[in-house]
Amino acid sequence: MILTSLDVDVAELERRTGWALKPQGACKAEFCVPMPAHDGKTIPAAVLTDRLGMPLVADDAHGIWALGPDMVAGHALASAEAPELVLPDRNGETFLLSSLRGSKVLLLAWASW
Amino acid sequence: MWQELRTELFPKGLEIVTIALDVGGVEAAGRFIDYAKPDHPSLIDAAHSLDELYGVVNVPTGIWIDEAGMIVRPPEAAWPGKAVFREMIPKELPPDTDPWVVKALGVTSRIPTAPEKYVEALRDWVARGGESPYALSPDEVLARSRPRPPEAALAAAHFELGQHLHRAGFPDDAVPHFREAHRLQPENWTYKRQAWSFADPLQRPNDVYEGDWAGDVEKIGPENYYALPDF
Repeated sequence: MILTSLDVDVAELERRTGWALKPQGACKAEFCVPMPAHDGKTIPAAVLTDRLGMPLVADDAHGIWALGPDMVAGHALASAEAPELVLPDRNGETFLLSSLRGSKVLLLAWASW
Repeated sequence: MWQELRTELFPKGLEIVTIALDVGGVEAAGRFIDYAKPDHPSLIDAAHSLDELYGVVNVPTGIWIDEAGMIVRPPEAAWPGKAVFREMIPKELPPDTDPWVVKALGVTSRIPTAPEKYVEALRDWVARGGESPYALSPDEVLARSRPRPPEAALAAAHFELGQHLHRAGFPDDAVPHFREAHRLQPENWTYKRQAWSFADPLQRPNDVYEGDWAGDVEKIGPENYYALPDF
């Protein structure tokens, strides 16, 4: 996720990565990793790098950072629970993958290039 | 491309969701969607978030998810009963054809695919659900999902910066991040093909990036270009 501040918005973190901050720590599917005390609204990026292995890369010229994916499981999938997708269609309408719960789903990635 | 299969399998409980990995957004992918007129959700993933969230590294890639939201087959090469790119290879080429195009077509013709088997397996899963031998257990799904060494996580962060800067109107500033993503995770073809397509729509050798499509596929061997489903 792109950061404009090194204090990461907790709600945005969950929306973008699936990692939710709970009393027991940062949790995603069946994984929970203990976290130091925080204010419940933001958490320092360095803590996420330290505890979840999320790499932090800066672009100094533009004053932004990218926080990469976690390395908790050593695999792209830490759980077989399908990560939520929140993506627009060609008219800009937002679609949630979870809205298809109850159906079988084939996700099919393609590209114009 | 998937509409026909969707018409067949939607009444049996399958929804298809196509997702375009296109930093160019609607401008790049929109006309293809308009042409296909899909009944199913057809989404645009400008940030290639499927790479990071699911471990997608090439297209076309399919992922199966059951009624409870559990993945039963992780990302693998997927075709709707035919490998469309093969049908686009002409039998004879004009003598003055660009040598790079000749090379690219030669490489393309040597990429193995298994389109019929894929659809046979998909139909079986739709009919039999968890009883289908093609539906994998959670442990098997995790074991088959793409490994993420530190280099791959770092590559994702650089690609994130690259796509963000490109879309924000700084394509030149995106280049170093795309290059770094390519260096760190050379097996990620969506990172490479996306960036190459900005330097040259045919993804030929260019002075912006180290590699090019035909050259890089040749280097790894066309038989290694797609992870064919292990059924």
